[in-house]
Amino acid sequence: MNKTFNHKGWLFVLPVVVLVAFNAIIPLMTVVNFSVQESFGDNVFFWSGMQWFEQVLHSDRFHAALLRQLLFTAIVLAIEVPLGLAIALAMPRRGPWVSVCLVLMALPLLIPWNVVGAMWNIFALPDLGLLGRLINGIGFHYNYTRQPLGAWFTVVLMDVWHWTSLVALLCYAGLVAIPDAYYQAAKIDGARPWAVFRYIQLPKLKHVLTIAILLRFMDSFMIYTEVVVLTGGGPGNATTFLSIDLVKMALGQFDLGPAAAMSIVYFLIILFLSWLFYTLMMQKEET
Amino acid sequence: MAKILVDNVRHSYFAEPKGEEDWALKKITLECEDGGAYALLGPSGCGKTTLLNLISGLLRPTEGRIYFDGKDATEASPEQRNIAQVFQFPVIYDTMTIYDNLAFPLRNRRLGEAEVDQRVREIARMLELDTILKRRASGLTADGKQKISLGRGLVRTDVNVIMFDEPLTVIDPHLKWQLRSKLKELHHRIRRTMIYVTHDQTEALTFADQVVVMKDGEIVQIGTPIELFERPRHTFVGHFIGSPGMNLLPCEIKSATAYVAGKAVKTLKSRRESGDHLELGVRPEFVSFAEEGIPVDVTKVADAGRFRIVETRYNGNAIKLLVAEGRDIPSGKAHVSFDPEHTQIYQNGWMIE
Repeated sequence: MNKTFNHKGWLFVLPVVVLVAFNAIIPLMTVVNFSVQESFGDNVFFWSGMQWFEQVLHSDRFHAALLRQLLFTAIVLAIEVPLGLAIALAMPRRGPWVSVCLVLMALPLLIPWNVVGAMWNIFALPDLGLLGRLINGIGFHYNYTRQPLGAWFTVVLMDVWHWTSLVALLCYAGLVAIPDAYYQAAKIDGARPWAVFRYIQLPKLKHVLTIAILLRFMDSFMIYTEVVVLTGGGPGNATTFLSIDLVKMALGQFDLGPAAAMSIVYFLIILFLSWLFYTLMMQKEET
Repeated sequence: MAKILVDNVRHSYFAEPKGEEDWALKKITLECEDGGAYALLGPSGCGKTTLLNLISGLLRPTEGRIYFDGKDATEASPEQRNIAQVFQFPVIYDTMTIYDNLAFPLRNRRLGEAEVDQRVREIARMLELDTILKRRASGLTADGKQKISLGRGLVRTDVNVIMFDEPLTVIDPHLKWQLRSKLKELHHRIRRTMIYVTHDQTEALTFADQVVVMKDGEIVQIGTPIELFERPRHTFVGHFIGSPGMNLLPCEIKSATAYVAGKAVKTLKSRRESGDHLELGVRPEFVSFAEEGIPVDVTKVADAGRFRIVETRYNGNAIKLLVAEGRDIPSGKAHVSFDPEHTQIYQNGWMIE
């Protein structure tokens, strides 16, 4: 078969290529550039090969931040996904309460991230904040600015408050899209509520849940603003996640080489885990 | 197994129906014998699916009662009524195998695995699914999925009635015929009551012993396919069933004889002397060219295979007739006559009896 080639087609692709080049590829390349060189003032660079990568991959500081990051993401996903799903199942399907629920659920998503951090900072203060006073009032000693555990508790609670809505709204959209006939057939087949959930709702929500988990994984793995405003990565380094550590290194210490190497490793980790998760989910589909 | 009686049922989707048009169903009374094959036939929006959902228990009627074997089942749930339903779009449980899909209704009713296995294999054989029982149900084509939906109804031995809500809509035309004859065969084998909703006359007439023709929320006629064809009790049945539909000509009656535009025509019954909106109805099958009769102009001939559809005009009215293959068709001026045995008079749409 003869294919016809029309090189004018490239003209249509060009705008996108230029756009992606300027907003993704070129900035990324500058990072690559920094990651393999030693830089001094006055634009003086020396080739340093893989030195920064080796340093980052062997540093305890990076390991600790990565471990904190993985733990945080795991906790947040383990809470937000089931909770979001449960909320979506409990939301009304029709009637005047639908829009009320949707607006209420969307509210946390509309608040700027640094405002979320500031809100929780004040909300959880042990002497001034409502939450802080309440927890101390019922007999727990709680001070998130001093206790690593308290800080973790506050950060996780804030993230759950901020992002469970996203999972819930996505799941709700998925649930609403299931045709009535499925529920009617289940009723006729004598299925109990658990069977309806297990064999109708959950399978039909599979794609939506995949997207929700993927989004929440990527976002929580890159969390920065809220935590910086809330705890600044402290107390000590207790809530210093990867992105916070990276900023400290790049802008606090001006270690451009190691910071660039870390950026690339960080990016590759997210890319790999997202790819792995998505491939596994889609592979199951085919068998 | 059950005899079903729908007694003076009215249904509206509005909480407080006001006008006549708010009622999706207007006073329906229908009796379904045990083991019969029924079809609810009518155009979209005539209320046939509403009636089906009322019988299955997915809807509660606004007024009237529904009886299963003489017992009032109006408030009973679909599960309590013990019915099965096949929907327009195939409903299957995607994550399960075909076997598990068929076993699902039995397992929900907590039957022993040995009995489940026996029932599932028996039904799978009937539906010719027995060789692919271990496959995932989601990989099947639409007709395979519809077979599973049907199978989930058939596995239960105690089902009172199996309902079909336009089950062949999404099936490819050449498979429709196969699945339809499969249905008919299954009905003969298991003799359960079946109610089949469709807007396709071919499906209704080939499947059912009794066809219930509906229009605007009312039953227009209940009868065997032959009765509907030979004695349509309403002009709607006349033109909805048959292709082309029945010829309807405005007429008047003087001293027990019908006149179409001044020409006397012999009819089955024509006692009524006067009355408004009288029409004479005759199917194209019962119109033929004759030496004398109604003078017409032949305007159009369409070939439909074994016969030809001839359109003629008389005094501004179209009269269609069927002429068998190979017979001559006059051109221009001609005469047609009607078979008096199959020529009925309708008043306000209803046949005069």
